[in-house]
Amino acid sequence: MIAGAGRIWALWLRYALLHRRSLVRMFDIVFWPVLDLLVWGFVTRFIQQEANGPIAHFIIFLIGALIGWDIHYRGQQAVTISLMEEIWTRNLVNLLIAPVRLLDWVAATFFYGAAKVAIIAALLSAIAQWLYAFHIAQVGWAFVPLAANLLIFGWTVGLITSGILLRFGYAAEALIWGIPFLLQPFSCVFYPLRSLPEWAQPIALALPTTHIFEALRGVLIGQPPGWPVWSVIGGLNLVYFAAAIFFFTRMFSLARTGGYLGRLGQD
Amino acid sequence: MPSIPLAVDHLAYRYRRSQEYALHDFSFEVKPGEIVGLLGPNGAGKTTTLHAVLGLLMPASGEVKLFGHSPTDRMRVLGRLNFASVDVHLPSNLTCGETLDIFARLYAVADRAQTIRRWLEELELTQLKSRLIGTLSAGEHMRLKICKALLNAPDLLILDEPTLSLDPAMAQHVRDLLKRIQRERGMAMLHTSHNMQEVEAFCDRIVFLHRGRKLAEGTPQEVLSRFQSQSLQELFIRVARSGELFAAEPEQ
Repeated sequence: MIAGAGRIWALWLRYALLHRRSLVRMFDIVFWPVLDLLVWGFVTRFIQQEANGPIAHFIIFLIGALIGWDIHYRGQQAVTISLMEEIWTRNLVNLLIAPVRLLDWVAATFFYGAAKVAIIAALLSAIAQWLYAFHIAQVGWAFVPLAANLLIFGWTVGLITSGILLRFGYAAEALIWGIPFLLQPFSCVFYPLRSLPEWAQPIALALPTTHIFEALRGVLIGQPPGWPVWSVIGGLNLVYFAAAIFFFTRMFSLARTGGYLGRLGQD
Repeated sequence: MPSIPLAVDHLAYRYRRSQEYALHDFSFEVKPGEIVGLLGPNGAGKTTTLHAVLGLLMPASGEVKLFGHSPTDRMRVLGRLNFASVDVHLPSNLTCGETLDIFARLYAVADRAQTIRRWLEELELTQLKSRLIGTLSAGEHMRLKICKALLNAPDLLILDEPTLSLDPAMAQHVRDLLKRIQRERGMAMLHTSHNMQEVEAFCDRIVFLHRGRKLAEGTPQEVLSRFQSQSLQELFIRVARSGELFAAEPEQ
């Protein structure tokens, strides 16, 4: 147990230390999320000022959604980019032949993602409060389980994209970057479920992110979700997470059988 | 009796797409304290063998045993071996010291700071401890890989072309160091190299591979006399050019 924690800590350090002297990597944490918040925040404020109608909640919906989507997206990226980092630097074999369990590596990338997400969420919340008078406290304690579920689904997608990467290597890189954005329109991040065409709604309802963002919008206008909604979010997340773990370990096993593990990054 | 560090038994591996055999009915052992050279021309199956030994691929048939266990029994065997290869790098964006510290933690090395200091000194890398790995020369990077491979005091060390990028003086220093560790601790080694002089001087036994099949096995002298060759270099060239030893060695 203690040895396992030591290995996870060592792997966490391996990824966290990369940020110490890399401006580009700090940009990855700060630049894009802040830029998104600035652009979309100001656009929404403009629309709100110019339009003649009951759109008072637009800005808080949009900012809440932006922060929420970033939690999900950065959680996913932390897992996938950690694997890509090993492939880019051709260090993967060194980890594969070290006494490290696959789940140690997975746990380390989860914690690394969680740390990145905590920094991003705190930064975006502070900027949103300063520029748009959006108070994260407005969401209340419900924000914590909603954010946690977004992070867990980010890890889930990260495991799936990492599995694809292990099995298909660089050939699948475009797909890996695209999958989160493939999910975004069906996740009802910036609009309610009813805005989707009828054919897309069952797909959206099958994703935990849809229920999370619907719940987030409810919380922002003082209508917190009830237990049935929490159950659906938790249940869907659990099912997808278990499936992603299975998929990732299966892809690892297939990559080993096919002899791809030692050649990743050399193709 | 100590368990055999490495036993490869009737190993076969086929490429998925072409269905060609990369390895065919290949068996050999590395006994405690022994240095075995795995030789063969490009495409002979050396890398496939190393990958099978390290558990990076699953053989089509046959088996690999590390200290009596399957390589997939990771937590039981991987702490007792280590690996350095010319093709597998250390993270270019971390310093030498950071990287060694991380690997020392992964291998649960008891006294990390002292162990790292010792191997950095042995491989003449102390002054590079704070340097980014990406700024090292190929030779310095290779020495650092060997440093990482010695951190956990392995019972089996697997080296893939360890001296390829080293100058002759440093290559000799590394060979002397590895020989000394072998004598002091009885560490076994599996070693691949295209430097036949090095193999002759360094290895207790050699295994010659050609097109996925074992061509010859024995001490360098035994192999040379069996094939009436003056040197491993000459033997290697004969095999690589024509594969003529196949026909000359029916029992293989």
